Amino acid sequence: MTTSKSSNWDLTITSHRGWFELNFGELWQYRDLLWIYFRRNIITEYKQTILGPLWIFIPPIVTTLLFTIVFGKIAQLPTDGLPGPLFYMSGLVIWNYFSSSFSGTSNSLSGNSGLFGKVYFPRIIIPIATLLSGLIRFFIHFILFLCVLIYYSFNSNVELFPNYYLGFFFPILILIMGIQGLGFGLLFSAITTKYRDLRYILGYCMRLLMYASPIIFPLSIVPDKYRLVILINPITSVIEIFRYISLGTGQINYYGLFYSISFTIIIFISGLIIFNKVEKNFIDTA
Amino acid sequence: MRETIQINNVSKLYKLGQINSGTLRNDLTIWWNKVVKRDKLKLQHLNNYSNGINKNEFKWALKDINLSVEKGTILGIIGKNGAGKSTLLKILSRITAPTSGTVRMNGSISSLLEIGTGFHGELSGRENIYLNGAILGMNKKEIDNNLDSIVEFSGVERYIDTPVKRYSSGMYVRLAFAVAAHLDSNILLIDEVLAVGDIEFQRKCLDKMGQIAGGGRTILFISHNMKAIANLCDRVVMLENGRISNIGEPKKLIRSYLESNMSTKTFSNEIDMTDIPQGGNGTVSIKKIRLFGDNSPNCNFDVGEEIKIQVDYYNQLEGNKLCIYISIHNENEEVIYVSGNLNSLSINTDKWFNKPHPIGLFQSYCIIPGNFINTGNYFLSVNIQYDVNQHAAISGPILKFKISDELGSIRELNQELLGYMRKKIYWESKQILLNKDCDN
Repeated sequence: MTTSKSSNWDLTITSHRGWFELNFGELWQYRDLLWIYFRRNIITEYKQTILGPLWIFIPPIVTTLLFTIVFGKIAQLPTDGLPGPLFYMSGLVIWNYFSSSFSGTSNSLSGNSGLFGKVYFPRIIIPIATLLSGLIRFFIHFILFLCVLIYYSFNSNVELFPNYYLGFFFPILILIMGIQGLGFGLLFSAITTKYRDLRYILGYCMRLLMYASPIIFPLSIVPDKYRLVILINPITSVIEIFRYISLGTGQINYYGLFYSISFTIIIFISGLIIFNKVEKNFIDTA
Repeated sequence: MRETIQINNVSKLYKLGQINSGTLRNDLTIWWNKVVKRDKLKLQHLNNYSNGINKNEFKWALKDINLSVEKGTILGIIGKNGAGKSTLLKILSRITAPTSGTVRMNGSISSLLEIGTGFHGELSGRENIYLNGAILGMNKKEIDNNLDSIVEFSGVERYIDTPVKRYSSGMYVRLAFAVAAHLDSNILLIDEVLAVGDIEFQRKCLDKMGQIAGGGRTILFISHNMKAIANLCDRVVMLENGRISNIGEPKKLIRSYLESNMSTKTFSNEIDMTDIPQGGNGTVSIKKIRLFGDNSPNCNFDVGEEIKIQVDYYNQLEGNKLCIYISIHNENEEVIYVSGNLNSLSINTDKWFNKPHPIGLFQSYCIIPGNFINTGNYFLSVNIQYDVNQHAAISGPILKFKISDELGSIRELNQELLGYMRKKIYWESKQILLNKDCDN
């Protein structure tokens, strides 16, 4: 389905569609829908819950405490000399943004077939809106992390050597996690219109990926023979750089960063292409 | 005049049955046998399995549609269920792509295949106006400018900041239509939107449609309501089995459509709906409709006889809150009587009315009293709805039956009684002045 402007006609609809076609002009036309849909996500997410917006804070706090007790106190995994809560939360804040971007957008097509079957607008609006509302949650988590960081900075028992001068990397890290999550999500939402059973695999995939990321352990303790497995994971370098900037541990590996960025671009473009292919006709089978 | 829509050779192919195997395992097995083992025999078996046993399960929902619509035209699209009307509108509104062919359009387009698309129960009426408006293609400024007028038209000013989940279904529909009525696009694609709400509201919608139409906009309008089509449209396209069978002036075309539609039906006391396309959202399928008079199957009733209408239907959605309506149509397809298992329309209480139905087969029946509907030929349609006013299954006027007076109940009358109703009612006359008093 092409929606191009030709000389005489405002709109042409045909059966075929280019490999890579994202109509930015049209997206711009629908920017208000993006904004309204984004607001709707924020408003409706915690309605009808007893604790309301408190739910934004509960998961990272509870998971951090859990990790501190289970992996820190009981299993006694090293944390590069950092206090447990600070170490785990730094990994979780980044990880949560990626995982919410991924799982939040992974049902964009099937989950909205009722809407998509009745009206046209650029389908990509829905996952982008989900991504943006995840970004708000990320910022709140990030502020929470800063509070914990400030608390420990004034604690004389702990010495931190942050590299704040590299702070300009932050937006890049956020972009990598968001776009990568979106790319995976688009890919998944396109495939699950055909293979419903893949949706059940998603949860396992996420858990697996989390354990393959240096969230509960520092990269420095990984034995050499497993190191490659962890480094192949494109999230690893992002978490490491984030810790290097904010806490002064870990390492900044520019090859790793370059790998993550390339991986993100590839996964995003392939996600977009397949999403575009599937979107034009998926409603016939939904 | 300038053309607004030009449709060239548009076709749409649907694969009936299951589109693919639905599970990754089966497709992987097919791939394994195809690429790795090159086992043709097994492959064929698997392909049959995944595509449905019947190979000819493809259907052209639309075939070689050519049509151009001039600016400012109100075009009605009519045709039986499954003729391709909705598919055509879905292609024009870019919900699905054509299999082949091209559509060209000029101007901004909005499609109203449903009202209240995207409404969220937790959001207030005001927030939903913005959400729904934006989904239908308005930008924030347009909605801002129209907000007061939308709220006024909907008549729900007092509750505009209340979550719409607390709205009555009537308020919900009115608010949804109010947004749709303020769409400012050059081309409007409308599908049977008017089939919801009460009569008064439907009239309001039709009036508004007439007004909109006067503004030089192009409208494509699908409806089963022939009266609305005849009143509103400048031109009518009739679809039959995915092809355009006729284009022309509304009144003439509608008449021939109704005639062909009705005369082909023969009287019957029973119809098996299993293979007949039905309207609605598909969560319910009507299986069988049967007519009984004095407890034996019948389709030619005496005017004094009770008519028992029995409907078997299958609910496919767990917890579907269903209610059932029957309508009786005259030969011009006008509805002359409607009833349903609502408390306000029945003399008893149907315990399944609006109750969450488990998945399974259900049977409902109702009894139309004798001496109520006048003699003549009629059509029966059955409509099963969910949440009181949303269509789950629509049969359309499908079962033809006759009410006659062969026993001669109207002995006093030497001619046909006019009208559709003939219920016996209370009559009393008395002389209130004597003749000699008048003389004074």
